[in-house]
Amino acid sequence: MNRDRTELLYAYAVLRDTGAAGDGPGTVTGATGVAGEPVRAVREGGLVVLVGSVPAAEFDEEGLRERLEDLAWLEHVARGHQRVVDAASAGAPCVLPLRLATVYRDEAGVRRMLTARHTAFGAALDRLEGRAEWGVKIHTVAEGAAEAPAATPPPPPPLPGPRSRARPRAPRAATSGRDYLRQRAAERQAREEEWRHVDEAARGIHAALATLAEETRLYPPQNPRFTGHPGRNVLNAAYLVPRERGPAFTAAVAGLAGRAPQDGLRVELTGPWAPYSFVAGEPSREPAHDTGTA
Amino acid sequence: MTGRPAPSLPGGSSSSANLADILERVLDKGIVIAGDIRVDLLDIELLTIRLRLVVASVDKAREMGIDWWESDPSLSSGARRRALDAENARLRSRIAELEAHDGEARDGRARDGDTRDGLEELEGAERRGPGEP
Repeated sequence: MNRDRTELLYAYAVLRDTGAAGDGPGTVTGATGVAGEPVRAVREGGLVVLVGSVPAAEFDEEGLRERLEDLAWLEHVARGHQRVVDAASAGAPCVLPLRLATVYRDEAGVRRMLTARHTAFGAALDRLEGRAEWGVKIHTVAEGAAEAPAATPPPPPPLPGPRSRARPRAPRAATSGRDYLRQRAAERQAREEEWRHVDEAARGIHAALATLAEETRLYPPQNPRFTGHPGRNVLNAAYLVPRERGPAFTAAVAGLAGRAPQDGLRVELTGPWAPYSFVAGEPSREPAHDTGTA
Repeated sequence: MTGRPAPSLPGGSSSSANLADILERVLDKGIVIAGDIRVDLLDIELLTIRLRLVVASVDKAREMGIDWWESDPSLSSGARRRALDAENARLRSRIAELEAHDGEARDGRARDGDTRDGLEELEGAERRGPGEP
């Protein structure tokens, strides 16, 4: 509908206007945006939206629809988006990241949005000021008894299992049907025990970290086929932590990570992130505004 | 990058986050506002579901020669069929094997009544086993 326009405005994040974000056009965060463009501020009513001019051909309806399916393009844009949000977070007490591909025709549209959602943004900024998000993932360590999908029928390999929990079991070469069945049952039992053990340990870590966080969010586990980790992802969580408590949090993660191998687990930390996972903390309010301004 | 708490763990920075970590956040979270440009949210939701399977890096996927959306049974009917074929073959060979063992077991039943319990346990294990992701 705006084929005549060659550029659109990609909006990255909302923050408070402290004057620190520079004035007028020019780079704001020092980081380039999703199209390699400089990032600038659009201001309205004490709030700032970080935006960048992007090619309309890529970011209008049609362009986005085509490209969002292109993983290489998506990765490039996602990393660019994250880069800007990250850089902005370095210099502001609170940054509210917008979802990927929030695009406006012009500054007037951005200002209208800021005005319409002024109250909601203010509340979210108040709630999240001075806080950062940390990501923690827990994986089982390699062995992968847990995900070995008994695909090849005869006779199943001996269960690797955690060394410490190994139990005496029937000789590995099943000589009769009964031996074979017993062996299978023993393996299943050992596998269940291992799952239970891993699950308990992961819960323990989450509980310990949750005491240092104001809020937590659980993500679905990441798929081991693609994350490059042979183990199973048993916890994928985000923690909202006041910045001054950041060192205590990372130290706690380091401590837990050091002990985790005893339980056959590996702990991985990412962050600090802008509070992506926590901006929708009051879901009853946010969506109402969405439809109102649409 | 000033004024940020320095992560005390190796790899503890969002710049080292894998693509899945980033996509989880930039696609799924953050403030959702309808901009002037309307992308069908359904498209993005669907995309997000696919990205549950997500890739550490695009290169890695290519290295692995994976059309990942095509090889996942929940997303592609072709993959579903292949998965069923594989399952089928597996079950066939298992039946053959059990029939062989069954002969043996029948011989042994006069001596002890253990086999039946064993079979029940096996069924339990089978129900649980292959379905696990």
